Amino acid sequence: MELSEDAEEILEVLWTNSKRDGDLGSTLESIGQDRNDEAIKELIEYTLIKLSQNHVLLTSKGLSEAKTVIRRHRLAERLLVDVLEIEDVLVEDVACKFEHLIREGVEDNICILLGHPRVCPHGSPIPKGKCCLKRYDKASRIVVTLSQMESNQEGRIAYIHTKGSERLQKLMAMGITPGMQIHVIQRFLSYVFQIGHTQIAVDEEIAKEIFIIRTSS
Amino acid sequence: MNPLLNLKRRILGFRQNHDDNATNKTIKVLNKIALVGSPNTGKSVLFNKLTGSYATVSNYPGTTVEVTRGRGKIGEKEFEVVDTPGTYSLLPITEDERVARTLLLEEKPDVVIQPIDAKNLERMLPLTLQLIEAGLPVILDLNMIDESEKLGMTINTLRLKEELGIPVVMTIATIGSGIKSLKEEIIKYSKTLKPRKTRYHTHIESALEKISSLLKNDYLLSKRTIGLLLLQKDPEIINLVKVGEKRFKLVEKVIFETQQKYSHSLNYIINRKRQWEAKGIASNVLTYPLNVKSTFSERLSRLMMNPLTGVPILLLVLYFGLYQFVGVFGAQTLVDFLEEVVFGKYFNPFIISLFKNLIPYLPIQTLFIGEYGIITLGVRYALALILPIVSTFFIAFSIIEDTGYLPRMALLIDRVFKKIGLNGRAVIPMILGLGCSTMATIVTRTLETRRERIIATFLLALAIPCSAQMGVLLGILSGNPLATLIWLILLIGVFLLIGFLTATLMPGEKPSFYMEIPPLRMPKLSNVLMKTYTRVEWYLKEVFPLFILGSILIWIGQMTGLFDLVLSALSYPVVWIGLPKEAAVAFLFGFFRRDYGAAGLYDLQQSGVLFGIPLVTAAVTLTLFVPCVAQFSVTIKERGIKTAVSIALFIVPFAFIVGFLLNLTLISLGVQL
Repeated sequence: MELSEDAEEILEVLWTNSKRDGDLGSTLESIGQDRNDEAIKELIEYTLIKLSQNHVLLTSKGLSEAKTVIRRHRLAERLLVDVLEIEDVLVEDVACKFEHLIREGVEDNICILLGHPRVCPHGSPIPKGKCCLKRYDKASRIVVTLSQMESNQEGRIAYIHTKGSERLQKLMAMGITPGMQIHVIQRFLSYVFQIGHTQIAVDEEIAKEIFIIRTSS
Repeated sequence: MNPLLNLKRRILGFRQNHDDNATNKTIKVLNKIALVGSPNTGKSVLFNKLTGSYATVSNYPGTTVEVTRGRGKIGEKEFEVVDTPGTYSLLPITEDERVARTLLLEEKPDVVIQPIDAKNLERMLPLTLQLIEAGLPVILDLNMIDESEKLGMTINTLRLKEELGIPVVMTIATIGSGIKSLKEEIIKYSKTLKPRKTRYHTHIESALEKISSLLKNDYLLSKRTIGLLLLQKDPEIINLVKVGEKRFKLVEKVIFETQQKYSHSLNYIINRKRQWEAKGIASNVLTYPLNVKSTFSERLSRLMMNPLTGVPILLLVLYFGLYQFVGVFGAQTLVDFLEEVVFGKYFNPFIISLFKNLIPYLPIQTLFIGEYGIITLGVRYALALILPIVSTFFIAFSIIEDTGYLPRMALLIDRVFKKIGLNGRAVIPMILGLGCSTMATIVTRTLETRRERIIATFLLALAIPCSAQMGVLLGILSGNPLATLIWLILLIGVFLLIGFLTATLMPGEKPSFYMEIPPLRMPKLSNVLMKTYTRVEWYLKEVFPLFILGSILIWIGQMTGLFDLVLSALSYPVVWIGLPKEAAVAFLFGFFRRDYGAAGLYDLQQSGVLFGIPLVTAAVTLTLFVPCVAQFSVTIKERGIKTAVSIALFIVPFAFIVGFLLNLTLISLGVQL
């Protein structure tokens, strides 16, 4: 199924609205569409949405398609921010164009490459794909968590995703920031790594929150 | 005081404040120097060099938990020097970081010296940028320059000076090198310098502009810094502005709208920018060889951190450092010598005959030289029993501390401590608690969450014997390995079990562990001795009055008959756990000080009243028994009266129940001790 860009955008909006306001969250008016628009016709034709009075409803087929679209978009954001280091303000625009270039199946490769990230850079959850559930990692990953690194491996910190903002702040204040080169010294009983000329020890929980682009194996 | 008001007073510089200042200028001859910087960069050593007085120095991040003040002279000018707890950023997280920021806000130092670990220039510069941004008069001190040179690094200080627009000096504070040029820079510091300005991303900059124009009050920090702290959602500053500014709603809107423009939190964006700046500056001024040789100390460090070799090393350190040096050498060899030879043969007979000749009046004689006399008991306990043990402990502790071994110990023990609701970081108060639990209770401040602080305080009160107590008990139990083993296993068992139960029952966030591991360093003898001296001095000052007070109270009690009444009341639980009635004295002493109680047992054992199973029972019960008066009062101060009282109410019956069960078990198992 080849959807137009507009149709994909509509799916995204519908999905986001339904997450926030429930199934009846969208009307043609609220999403700024007309029933005669090409994109709406297209979606109805593929039985991805149906219209009930003024409400626009996602069908079950539409729901899963929307999830895929969202997944592509958010994975694209992650790729742009973490690996390509595109500046934050530009990400949104680029990601919108980029996601349409990612075709079916390709997003799973990106997902594996990035180590199955759970949230987009904005903190919104990324829907899981087949690859996340099965956890088969045929493609070797670029981004891994510190806890997945072996002793003596090196890498560059891609991003840090902590539970609380206070911890992020503390780690950053200690110099654990994106872009810093690190060298893993040991993994047990605590994780110890070298960053600049300092060694830092962290526990497993924190080691799972630091995402690293491996540069040596 | 209302904390908000207090805060307002602290951060808001009202107009009249400025007027005060103007009038003060003529009177104020004393200039103020503040030392601010990341943990473990040598602030305290520098403090000592600038003032000639002494602040505790160690190779352990976070040793300074309070502000230390001293005076120093540079040429003819007098200065007040203030040492602050280590802080990584101006956005505080722990209590001690808050202390550092408050100080900068309140005291308006004339010069702020930021000592940094030169080899970590890049990591330390973000704080420099923040200090400059805040409008503080900063001098950057590249300290420990010897260590960076050893790594083959060279730092172009002239270029660094240009990049930052502030004075830069190089020092090796521990040997006093470079202190002279630092002093010169302090003297000639002028406000006409043009410090670097960090420019953030366009949206942040325009937000800062908007916020600055919305803020109407005057602040001690630059409005730019206030704006940045607001964008970073610093709760203290947000509260302050909410209360003080009419247009807070608009400020809030600016913050919200700015956040919308970024995918990461603003805090992250701002910090990352500073990091980039630091990286840029560092790459301009720093050269170092790519391949760093693995040094001996690095190899040793790896052995200490690897559990296979690290755990045996840990046990060796504890065995030799604590057991052999403190428990055997301090508590037995030295104590025996002082007790039997110095006091037994010379001092006591001399003092006793002196008093008998001088004061014929019996009650007064009893007060000074009786069974519980001020001199024969108080002074003797303090000098012959406690002093040698505490001194040996602090010598051992200072050496371990200065080598930088403690953080390595922390990372080994983290997983065990997680089970009892603490993290590896708590190894410091716990080990220090083996020296003096009162001191350790103060140091629990460095723990991050309230939950951890309460658990640590509780365990310190319950299951961690202080060095004097432990030393005396080890001395009593020596020659009986089985008894020592039972005592040790029971204590560790209680520590872990009660810790585990507390952690399970107590709600709150689970602790996390992250810690900088400083390089191993050779401890300096002078520093070790100095540190031991200050700590022992602190300890004796704490102990002496209480010992004397104890003697006086007992004397009053004896005169009025109250003493015997209390003793006979206490003798019930004492007999109940299988001890002779006489042991009640030791428990009564224990109320004053833990070691005092242990010393009481020492006398009972020496006179042959206490031996075998009752001796072990007494040792265990007394170790668990109430925290001493000093520790109790510090617990009230640090954790509040409610927590302190609940801790004590739990401990007293608990100690006796454990004693009772132990006695029963040992007897029914037919254990021969």
